[in-house]
Amino acid sequence: MSRLRFIAIILICLPASVVMAQVQEEEVPSDDPVIEQRLANLSKELRCLQCQNQTLADSPAGLAADLRREIRVQMKAGKSDQQIVAFLTQRYGDFILYRPRVTFTTYLLWFGPFVLLLGGLYVLFTYIKQRRDQIAEKPLSADEHRRAEELLASKETT
Amino acid sequence: MLRYLIPLVIFIALAVFLAIGLTRDPHELKSVLINKPAPAFSLPQLKAADKTISNDDMRGKVWLLNVWASWCVACRDEHPWLIKYAQSGVVPIYGLNYKDRREDAIAWLEELGDPYTVSAVDFDGRVAIDYGVYGAPETYVIDKAGMIRLKHVGPVTPDVWSEKILPVVQELNRQGAAK
Repeated sequence: MSRLRFIAIILICLPASVVMAQVQEEEVPSDDPVIEQRLANLSKELRCLQCQNQTLADSPAGLAADLRREIRVQMKAGKSDQQIVAFLTQRYGDFILYRPRVTFTTYLLWFGPFVLLLGGLYVLFTYIKQRRDQIAEKPLSADEHRRAEELLASKETT
Repeated sequence: MLRYLIPLVIFIALAVFLAIGLTRDPHELKSVLINKPAPAFSLPQLKAADKTISNDDMRGKVWLLNVWASWCVACRDEHPWLIKYAQSGVVPIYGLNYKDRREDAIAWLEELGDPYTVSAVDFDGRVAIDYGVYGAPETYVIDKAGMIRLKHVGPVTPDVWSEKILPVVQELNRQGAAK
């Protein structure tokens, strides 16, 4: 009974899922292996904007497939990788790049960790220097010398 | 005293940045096309496949371009509002039917009503790439000179309409004839 019900549920849901799907033509790889290799390299550097933590190479989203198709078309037309990246950033912005550009707004992102590292090194070295001064043996001053002798002398007499 | 204050200051600064980060929607990306000419297109019309519609046809008026599809769930949410706003006559709404089957799209409009002056058919999503579309629904406000002035990603709700879209449309309508 339960299996029958399960099949019935699937049969009921099936047409709905077909209706909901967007039109997606099947992805046709290029017959040129050079283009496929270039696409594989380039799409690793590009973000899928529908599922933002996936690259264009990994994403199963419809938009990613469309963009891969567009990249193939442009490569076939003889566009360089830079021209294709420019085409994409003109439409989707720098966000599509996985490796952010070095611009004024990304200075903190690129150089912030090094600033933190230098700051940490500075703190570490001043601390070590301070400790060394603290534990270094210092010669007794004349006054301390006299007091020490007095103490020793007083001990001898008792 | 200072040595106890420094960690506190760092903590507060971090908390403030993280709190700001929480209020921002990572899916709402700023469009690079704002104040740039709307990308050109010439596409078949949804209800009259033998006719085309081009962005140049709308030159001289302020118009909205709404990216929609019958498979898009959020489009259903905004649809009654779009019908209401289209009827108000403030601004014509043109549709970009995105990666949809023609018969599905027409059936959808027959069922829910048609707010669009005309819908263009972008079957393979190529024009949507030019507009930087990354998820339906999206709505663009385009001025008399054919420049994109605003982009809204996600459903057009009454709040979005009255606070974001309508003020821009009214301002653009006030501005004189096309340059």
